[in-house]
Amino acid sequence: MKPEAAVTEVAPAEGQPLVSIRDLRTYYSIRGSFADRLVGREGGVVKAVDDVSLDIRRGEVLGLVGESGSGKTTLGRTILGLVRATAGVVEFEGRDIAHLPERDYRPLRRRIQVVFQDPHASLNPAMTIGQAVGHPLQIHGIEKERTELRRLVAEALERVGLAPAEQYLDKYPSDLSGGQKQRAVIARAIILNPVLLVADEPVSMLDMSVRAKILELMLELKRDYDLTYLYVTHDLATAKFFCDRIAIMYLGRIVEIGDAESIYADPKHPYTRALLRAIPEPDPARAVPRDLPRGEVPDAASPPLGCSFHPRCPLAFEPCGWESRDLRDILEARWAMKAGEAGVEEEEALFGDLDALSAPATSVSLAPPRGRSAEEMLGVLQRIRDEDSEEPFWKGVRRLEAVDGRLELDFHEPHDPALGRSGDVEVACHLFNPPA
Amino acid sequence: MSDAILQVRNLRVYYGTPGNPVRAVDGVTLEIGESEVVGLVGESGCGKSTLGRGILGLLPDGARAAGEVLYDGRNLVTMPQKAVRRMRGPELGLIFQEPMTRLNPLLRISDHFRETLEQHEPNLTDAEVRRRSLETLGRMGIPPTRFRQYPHEFSGGMRQRIMIALALVLRPKLLVADEPTTSLDVIVEGQILALLADLKNNFGTALLLITHNLGIVAESCDRMAVMYAGRIAEEGPVREVFAEPAHPYTRELLRSTISLDTTALHSIPGAPPNLIDPPPGCRFHPRCPSAMSVCNQLEPIEQRLEDGRRVLCWLHGPSDRIPPGGGRPLERDAIGVADEA
Amino acid sequence: MALGRATKPIREASGIARVMFWSGVTITLLFVLMAILAPVISPYGFNQYESNGHRFPQLAHPSSAHLLGTTVQSVDVLARVIYGTQTELEVVAIALAMSLVVGVPLGLLSGYFGGILDRILVLIMDAIFAFPYLLIAIVIAFVLSTNSSIGGGILTAAIAITAAYVPLYFRVVRNHVISVREEPYVDAARALGARPRTVIRKYVFFNVVQNVPPIATLNAADAILLLAALGFLGYGIQPSQGAEWGYDVSRAVSDATNGIWWTGLFPGLAIVLLVTGLTLVGEGLNETINPVLRRRRFGRFEFEPVPGAVEEAE
Repeated sequence: MKPEAAVTEVAPAEGQPLVSIRDLRTYYSIRGSFADRLVGREGGVVKAVDDVSLDIRRGEVLGLVGESGSGKTTLGRTILGLVRATAGVVEFEGRDIAHLPERDYRPLRRRIQVVFQDPHASLNPAMTIGQAVGHPLQIHGIEKERTELRRLVAEALERVGLAPAEQYLDKYPSDLSGGQKQRAVIARAIILNPVLLVADEPVSMLDMSVRAKILELMLELKRDYDLTYLYVTHDLATAKFFCDRIAIMYLGRIVEIGDAESIYADPKHPYTRALLRAIPEPDPARAVPRDLPRGEVPDAASPPLGCSFHPRCPLAFEPCGWESRDLRDILEARWAMKAGEAGVEEEEALFGDLDALSAPATSVSLAPPRGRSAEEMLGVLQRIRDEDSEEPFWKGVRRLEAVDGRLELDFHEPHDPALGRSGDVEVACHLFNPPA
Repeated sequence: MSDAILQVRNLRVYYGTPGNPVRAVDGVTLEIGESEVVGLVGESGCGKSTLGRGILGLLPDGARAAGEVLYDGRNLVTMPQKAVRRMRGPELGLIFQEPMTRLNPLLRISDHFRETLEQHEPNLTDAEVRRRSLETLGRMGIPPTRFRQYPHEFSGGMRQRIMIALALVLRPKLLVADEPTTSLDVIVEGQILALLADLKNNFGTALLLITHNLGIVAESCDRMAVMYAGRIAEEGPVREVFAEPAHPYTRELLRSTISLDTTALHSIPGAPPNLIDPPPGCRFHPRCPSAMSVCNQLEPIEQRLEDGRRVLCWLHGPSDRIPPGGGRPLERDAIGVADEA
Repeated sequence: MALGRATKPIREASGIARVMFWSGVTITLLFVLMAILAPVISPYGFNQYESNGHRFPQLAHPSSAHLLGTTVQSVDVLARVIYGTQTELEVVAIALAMSLVVGVPLGLLSGYFGGILDRILVLIMDAIFAFPYLLIAIVIAFVLSTNSSIGGGILTAAIAITAAYVPLYFRVVRNHVISVREEPYVDAARALGARPRTVIRKYVFFNVVQNVPPIATLNAADAILLLAALGFLGYGIQPSQGAEWGYDVSRAVSDATNGIWWTGLFPGLAIVLLVTGLTLVGEGLNETINPVLRRRRFGRFEFEPVPGAVEEAE
C-alpha cells in the first residue's frame, strides 16, 4: 500500500482525540400527510441524533450500540458526511467537518471510510471487483495508469484474504459469496489508507461461521494499518469482543458510555442492563427467565417526555418524565391482558378511546361519558394502583382526584437526564445523577 | 414418539433447474410432539426454510416433494392441494420473517381477524368473533383500543405479534415460525420468543421454530434439529445437544457462535456445499476437523444414541459398516478463501 | 466483457421468450434488408409512373409486370411498399434516437437530483404524457410543416414522434433511478468521494439502462403505427418525398369501394408485419430481461428410490 504523502494534514497534538463530537444534533423533518398539510399542521421533526457529545480516540475501537431508532446509524452517517448535521460540532483531526459542503468534505474521504451492513448490496452489480476496489484510487486521482492500478488493487485484495487476487479481479459481485463480498468491501475501504473506518453492522448479515473470519480480518487490519474504528451495531455480544469502549444509544441520545470492561461487568443504565439480559444465551443450562422491559422503542417523531426510556424502565421514579401517554399505556396493557374477562368492556367504555391521552402533557383532565361519574373513573384507577403497587407509573403521579365532575391527574415535573460520571462510566440516568 | 402430531419421514424436496435439480431437502426425518417446541437450526442455504414450507405444502413453482409428512394419519405430500389448503389455518399455521407479508395494508386489524375466522369457522357470531380476536390479541399484548387500526400504525414488533395472533386465533395444533424474530430488535425479540415459548400453556400449540440463531433455540426450545446441506446432522433434546454435541458440525457451529462469554473467535473454514452436486459421502466432510477416510466414500448412516438423540456421522458408527482403514483421518487440501462462505 | 454479460439473458432465454425474440428479430431483419436494398430489389421508383415513355396502367391488377398491382396514379405498389420500408425505418430510427438522447439523460438527472428540477420536469412530462400520442404528433407536424423551414418530411415526422415519446423514456428512467438511488452501493459511491456525475455514470446508469431496450423496441412498433396514422391523416411524409404506407392506405380507401383491393392490402400488411416483428422483439426482450416476468425453466426430475438408509429403533 502506498505510503500516503499526497494529502497534507494538520498534525494532531499529542493525546488529542481523532474525532471530537460536541452537542451534535441531526434532525430530519418529516412531511405530514396531505390532510395534515391541508389543515396547516406541518409534519414533525425526528431528532435522530439529539445532543450527542463523544470522542473517538486514536487507535481505539469505539462501539456504538443501540436498537433501531437509536440514532447510531445516523450518527455514523453524519460523521461520514452523508447526512448534514443540523447543529453542533464534529471535529476531525482538529477541524470541524459537521457543516462542510460536499466539495470541501471530499478530500477528507481519503481518511474516513465506511463498511456498510449488507455485503450483497454494497457493491455495484455493474462493476467487476477489480473496478470497484480500484475506483477510489481513480476518484481521488491517486493512480490513473492501468497496470499500476491493477497492481494496487491486487495488493488490497490479497491483504483482505481474497487470494490469489487474479481470481477475483474480473469477477462480478454476483459471483462471490457473502463473506467474500464483505472482504471486497473492506478492501475498497482501506485501499486509500484511511485513518478512521466506520463499520455499520459489518457482520450482522453474515452467517455465524463466517462472522469470526471477517472480525478477525478487521482486527488484523487495525493492527497493521493503525486504524481507528467506529463499530456501529445492535449486537452487544460481538461488541464486547471487538470494542475498547462502548457507547449505548437510545432514541438519539447516549445513555451510557465507558470502557467495555466496565460496562459489561457492571452495567448501570437500566436500558443497558435490559440489552444485556435480552441477549439469547446459547447455553440452555444457564438460561434464566429474562425479565425484559415491556413495550418497544417509541416513535422518534414524538419521544416520551423526560427520559425517553422511562415508559419501559422497571426502576423509573418521580423525575423521569411521566405524562398522559403513560396513563394510556397502563390502561391499554391492562385491557390487553384482561381481554375477554368480565368487566373489562365496561372499564373501556368508561374511559373511551383514550385519544385525549395521546398528546404529551403533564396534566390530564378527563371527562366521564354521559351517565357516568369522575368518581367511578377515579375508583378504577385506584383499584389498578392497589392491584399493582410495584408499577413505577404511580410514583410519577403527584395528584389524582375527581374534581368538578372531571378526573384529574398531575405528574411530577419531567427532567431530561444528562450524562454524568458514575464510577468508571458516564450514565444519563436519574438513578445515578438525580436532578438538582 | 407416541403423541407425535406431525411425523416427517424421509422427506425430499428438490427444485427443478435446467440441469440437475437442487436437492434442498434430501431425506429428512423428524417428529413433533403435542405442545412441543422444536428448533430447526442451520445456516443460510441448509434447507431449513424449504423444510418448513415443504411440511406445509407451500412450495414454489418448480419444486416437488417426495416422502411422508404424516399429520392426523394422513400424508400431506400426497394429499391434493385443495385438501392441504383447507388444513392450513385451523390445523397448521405459519408465520414468516417479515410481518407485513400477511397483513393487508388496506384492511383494519379487525377485518383481518374477521376474514380469517369467517373462512374457517363460519358458524361463529359476530360477538364471538370479536371476543376471540380480542382475547388472542390481548395475550399477545395488543390492546383492544387498537383493534380497528391499520397495520402501518403498528411498529414491526407489534405487527409480528398481530401475525402470531392471527395464526393462533384458529387454534392450530402446529405453528411453523420461519425466522420470526430475525428482523426485530433484540429486546422485542426476547418478548416475542417468550410468547412463542409459552404457546403450549396458553394454546396447546406445538411450535417448529426455524432459525439460524442458536441462542434462541437454547432458550425457547425443548428439542432441536441441526440441519446441514439438506439433511439433519443431529437431533435431540436441547440440553444434551448443547452440553455435548455429537456431530462435528454442531460442535463447530457452537464454537463459532459469538456470545457474551466468547474469548476467542472461531469459524468454520469453507462454505456450505452446492446442493445440485453435493460432495460424495458425508456432505460435511470437506470442512470437518474430525473427518475420517470413510467420510468421503460412504454416506453416513443415521444412529440413535443412548439419550435418544439421532446423529448422522461416522464417528458414531456403526463400526461394522466402516471398511477397513476407514477410521484413518482424511487427507485433504487446505481450504482457502476462494471456497469460503 | 460487459457486453457478454448484458446479452447473457438473451442467450439463456428459453421457451416462449426465445421463440418470440428470434422470430421478431427475423421479421425485423427482413424489413431492414428490404429497406437497405430497396434500390436494388425494387422493380421501379416509388414515384415512377412511366417507363420508357409508356405510362403504367392505372389500378392494374397484380400481374407479372406489376407483382402487387398499381395505384390510381400508375405507381407500382410493390415499389411503394419496398421504399416505404425505408421511410418508416428512417423516421422511426431518428425519432427513437432523439427520444433516447433527450428522455434518458433528463430522467437520470431528474431522478438523481430530485428537488425543484425534478418537480418542474415531472410536471412538464406528465402534461405531455396526458395527451394522446397522435394528437401531439399531429399538432407538432402541423406547426413544423407550415411554419418552419424544416417543412414536411422525414425530420418533421421524426420530431413529432419524438415529442410524443420523450415523456415515456423520461418517466421509466426516472422511476428506476429513484429506486436505485437508495441502494447501498450508490451510498457507498458517495462515501468513496465520487462526484455526482461519476455516480450517475458508473453506478446508476448501467443499472438502469437495461430497462430501455425492451421499451425502445416496443416503442418503435408503436412509432410505426403513429407514423402511419400521421400519413393516413395527411400530416406525415408528403408523397413527393418518399413512399409511406399510411398515406398509401388512405389513398386506397376510395379504391376499396370499387373492388380494388391491392392498393390497400399490401401497404396495410406491411404495417402489420413490421409492427408485429418489432413487438415480438420487444416482448421477447421484456420476458428475458425483466426479472418479474422471467419464468425459470424448471427441469423435469424424478426422485430416485432411497437405498434404505435410515435405521430407526421404532
